[in-house]
Amino acid sequence: MNTRQQSKITYSWYGKPMSSDRKLRTSQYKGILITSERSRTETCIQLGNFILVEGENADQPFVAQLLDLYEDGAQQKHAVVQWFSHITEIPQNKRKLLKREISPQEVFFDQVPGYDTDIAVETIIKSIMVIPLRLGEELPVMLNKEQTFYVKQSWDGKCFKALSPDTFSKLKEARKKEGGIPKSSNSLIPSDIISPLKKETENVVRSTTKPKNVELEIESKHSASKSSLAKERHSQRVANDIKTPTARKKLQLNSPIRSPKGRLLGSEVLELLDDLCDAVAPLEPSATKRRVKFTGILGSPPKIPCANDKSKSVLDSAEDWQRFKDTIQLSPHSKVSDSNEKAKNLNKKDDTISLIGYQKRRSQSPVLSPYSRRMCVQKTNTRIAEQVSILNALELNQEEDFLSSSDSSYSSSSEEEEEKDDVLCTPEKKTKSSRILSTPKSSRKSSVHTSAKTPKKTPLPGTPKTPRNATPEIPRRNHAAQKPASILEEARLRLHVSAVPESLPCREEEFQDIYNFVESKLIDGTGGCMYISGVPGTGKTATVHEVISCLQQAAENDDLPSFQFVEINGMKLTDPHQAYVQILELLTGQKVTATHAAVLLAKLFNTPGPKRKTTVLVVDELDLLWTRKQNVMYNLFDWPTQKHSKLIILAIANTMDLPERIMMNRVASRLGLTRMSFQPYTYKQLQQIISSRLNGMKAFEEDAIQLVSRKVAALSGDARRCLDICRRATEICEFASQKRTPEIVRMAHITEAIDEMFSSPYINAIRNASLHEQIFLKAILAEFRRAGVEEATVQQVYRQHIALCRIEGMQSPTISEIMAICSRLGACRLLLVESSNKYLHMQVRLNISQDDVMYALKEE
Amino acid sequence: MKASAMSKRKLKESSGVSGECISQVQKILRERFCHHYAPEKLFGLDHQYRHLLELLKRTTVHGESNSALVIGPRGSGKTALLNWVLKELRKMKQVRENLLEVHLNGLLQTNDKVALKEITRQLQLENVIGDKVFGSFAENLAFLLEALRKGDRTSSCPVLFILDEFDLFVHHKNQTLLYNLFDISQSAQTPVTVIGLTCRQDILELLEKRVKSRFSHRQIYLMNSFDFKQYVKIFKEQLSLPAEFPDESFAQRWNNNVQRLPEDKTVQDMLQNLFHYTKDLRSLQLLLMLAVSNVTVHHPFITASDLQEASRQHRMDSRANIVHGLSVLEICLIIAMKHLNDVYEGEPFNFQMVYNEFQKFIQRKAHSMYNFEKPVVMKAFEHLIQLELVKPIERPSVRTQREYLLMNLLLDNNQIMDALQAYPNCPTDVKQWAASSLSWL
Repeated sequence: MNTRQQSKITYSWYGKPMSSDRKLRTSQYKGILITSERSRTETCIQLGNFILVEGENADQPFVAQLLDLYEDGAQQKHAVVQWFSHITEIPQNKRKLLKREISPQEVFFDQVPGYDTDIAVETIIKSIMVIPLRLGEELPVMLNKEQTFYVKQSWDGKCFKALSPDTFSKLKEARKKEGGIPKSSNSLIPSDIISPLKKETENVVRSTTKPKNVELEIESKHSASKSSLAKERHSQRVANDIKTPTARKKLQLNSPIRSPKGRLLGSEVLELLDDLCDAVAPLEPSATKRRVKFTGILGSPPKIPCANDKSKSVLDSAEDWQRFKDTIQLSPHSKVSDSNEKAKNLNKKDDTISLIGYQKRRSQSPVLSPYSRRMCVQKTNTRIAEQVSILNALELNQEEDFLSSSDSSYSSSSEEEEEKDDVLCTPEKKTKSSRILSTPKSSRKSSVHTSAKTPKKTPLPGTPKTPRNATPEIPRRNHAAQKPASILEEARLRLHVSAVPESLPCREEEFQDIYNFVESKLIDGTGGCMYISGVPGTGKTATVHEVISCLQQAAENDDLPSFQFVEINGMKLTDPHQAYVQILELLTGQKVTATHAAVLLAKLFNTPGPKRKTTVLVVDELDLLWTRKQNVMYNLFDWPTQKHSKLIILAIANTMDLPERIMMNRVASRLGLTRMSFQPYTYKQLQQIISSRLNGMKAFEEDAIQLVSRKVAALSGDARRCLDICRRATEICEFASQKRTPEIVRMAHITEAIDEMFSSPYINAIRNASLHEQIFLKAILAEFRRAGVEEATVQQVYRQHIALCRIEGMQSPTISEIMAICSRLGACRLLLVESSNKYLHMQVRLNISQDDVMYALKEE
Repeated sequence: MKASAMSKRKLKESSGVSGECISQVQKILRERFCHHYAPEKLFGLDHQYRHLLELLKRTTVHGESNSALVIGPRGSGKTALLNWVLKELRKMKQVRENLLEVHLNGLLQTNDKVALKEITRQLQLENVIGDKVFGSFAENLAFLLEALRKGDRTSSCPVLFILDEFDLFVHHKNQTLLYNLFDISQSAQTPVTVIGLTCRQDILELLEKRVKSRFSHRQIYLMNSFDFKQYVKIFKEQLSLPAEFPDESFAQRWNNNVQRLPEDKTVQDMLQNLFHYTKDLRSLQLLLMLAVSNVTVHHPFITASDLQEASRQHRMDSRANIVHGLSVLEICLIIAMKHLNDVYEGEPFNFQMVYNEFQKFIQRKAHSMYNFEKPVVMKAFEHLIQLELVKPIERPSVRTQREYLLMNLLLDNNQIMDALQAYPNCPTDVKQWAASSLSWL
């Protein structure tokens, strides 16, 4: 936490400590004050209140009820909460259990074990309303507003239950209590700062006597609030340097109408607009809470489109508007694919369609209704739109700024794309652009302005926008794959390395060790590292995968707390720093740059977590994450040591002493001493592996299996090699018995396969070389013997060559031919030769031992 | 005009061969010699052919993942073999409609980033993300791996990766591409078969241990393992005209001539020499190409002397040819350098030493040679450097004077003597001087 950030939002206790525990040195409080310096508001949240808590994903805050507040010995402010689950947090397959349509505003009383209820106070965003309802009850339409949620059922990870009377009454009570406490939020906007803007808005106020205009403004305001509320806060927390000079400069360039002194930030505009809303809602009864009033206005506009479009009933369109608003507000970053998914739901589909229809209607409205004051309204509209786009630009700047500060080569495309999607979801943009198109003369300036400022944001008309998360796929085959016909084909299929059996034979001990390690950490809810080493092909990754699937099974059966499984592979990364990106994407689905991802992950694992499951992270091919400063490795192994990380790391690599060899002390120390090494398979184990895969099929002779296991065990103990040899042997066997008699793999086939795979190619290559190539090799040997040095120039070898040719009585080759021979042998790497520009003086060495050459040449 | 045309026609009639016929022959044979990629037939590769064909068939029909390396010296027919197998495979309907091919070449895809782009392009996956030129290397890799992970053995189209000049892929950073390709081929994802073509015998030693473990160790060796008899047969087949040649009688006569050719002793010697020199069929084709280009209407059949002439051209030493074109002064300088090499046993020399040697020869022995001035000799010397007959040991720097720059002679004594024999109008005293450095004493 740095100072700048804290100057923006400060958390302080409300009132005196209620009680304190001497021993634990904790003291409890009944409320907390959140003071935001920027927006000059002060909010008080008390015990029992409902709150929004920052999530992993900035766009989806969690809903919770504040149960306890305390400060621990280290002066850290903590809160104990009761979680509520949003529908999106419930696994897809369990959603079916509900058998009813879930409004995005409905939450579930969370009784899932395994979520940490102890959170840091700093993650609290603000207070909201949660209203308990009976199961049968409809959601009250009138009270719909952005910060109200409803709870009908509880969710315990398995099934949904109706709220018990006890909880229901408790929740009710809490709600009443909340209603009773007057909020002490008040805006303290100094009028001089925003005076130019104020003037404008006054202009708006004057012009907007008709409710229709209100709607347009609210709409733009609405999008502003959408993009700024959680996200603004999030980006502010994460990117500490949002107000770097460049960003500010850009901002100033973008908004010439703004007074140089005024710092136009999202919340200020919000406040302005809020004020605006206050002003233009004379019909609303004066209420104490601004929020309520604001949302009340939001609720009111449906009347306007009805006036324009007579075909729709009042109620209908009101609901449309409401739902449309809901979808956008509660899932501000809902991507196109998301909405598609939602569209599966029948009701939602209606929703989307009507939404589009509504948008169309709205966008046409200025043309359809020629009011006298239209021009003025439009001008103000575009002004406001400008403000909003400035806001967006500001955000973009922040991100871009952040990107430019990062040195990685990772492109910002994903982020930009996100931005694009974001904009795409916003109806404001669309309607605005259409408005501009319909009335070209009304706001030429603004149209130029926007197009220059946000060129990438306005999608070209006609370009089909493909969803960002489009998943590539290899086309499906036209003909079905043939089923194995013969016993050998079947055996080959089973012996393929990819056909991993349900349980790995011969790795029971290692399996148990890893399982116990992860299980104990899961139960404790702590973190830890384990280092697994072993030569290639000894079943490291396969065993770990088996452990994970077993644990997942156990978690499903409720024997263990559920966990999140993430896997990265050093070989599948282009750069060690990409590890952050991959982990973050697998955890939260966000796509960001490497540096940004590192910051987000550090935050995720270091802050006392809002509800988060334990994460099991498998890092395969660890040695490739090595960098000069080793910061990737350091971070990876540092996170599990944090108190709240709940991160279990299983690191896999080949070398046993990797921590000692390549890691700095501080990295190796964090890795810890929990290590395991996978020994190469012995021949008995290999034999067992093959037999278990064949599973009683009579495709191999017993001796053949033993031969192959012994051969491989003696060479490397690599199970992959063993299986490959067996597979090749079945092919050879099939090849040999062309007549359709069932044949099983015998020793001879195995021997042939082994010879094929492991025989040195050099001898064969020399024997099949042309005569002069062989003489050249002889000449090299002769020259080596003469000079006593294992290196010679082509000129020296050439002289020997000619001498040899004379002995044999052959026509001696020219120098050009000798050079060609030399380069041919060099290309095969029988010889090692220098670059050819030295011509006669280039040095030649043998790539194989002299004995091998002698042996190969003698045979003939 | 007319008379000449008449006489030409008469000539044609007398030899019984039309110009069209000859140009047809040239066209057919040249196509055969030059287009190595579309072979009509392979020689002695039946075993390898069957192995590769079976392997690829299993990939396409059963969806079995595999990896293999085709190893053999240059010109041994690796690409030809693969193309032949693919041609054969495409004849099968089931294969043609199922198989996706990705061709990569180590000389073109010089790093993994380029290779990934190319794979994406060839698999036509870029359509998925619209017309956007998509981002970074990391995104690219994740994208492709994701695509390949999606599939499974029974339902996805098998993908055939052909990596030409496989040894160059080995030098890519971390061997990321190879690791991932082999890893896919060893896991239950989209069925892939990776075929690598290389001429390096030590290719397995270059693979990183993890990559090596994932490679299936199938190696198909092409060794040119035919003997001289088969070589002669190949020679005949290469020259023979196909049965569908339009002018049948001419084809008959041409083929008969080709069949008789190797019976000639000189032809046999020539072939034997070439066979001893290299088993690479491309050099045979090059030789035949030279011979075939001698075929004209007046000289419709290849003769032994044609082949001999071609062989002579083919075997010619390139450096000796350059020496033929030098002036007498330059020859003298080369002879001086030869003597220096003899005296100092191949130690490098500089211009001043060569000039002194030359001066000695001029003063004591030469009667026919004009005593050139030093700058003229220097000019001649520089010309030799430009021809790369002489090469400076180190780069010329400002500090050392040109006269004292250390040089090496890039010619062998034999080459010099051979060239002098063939040099027209060489003064006798120069020849004598060349024969013995001591003769002037």
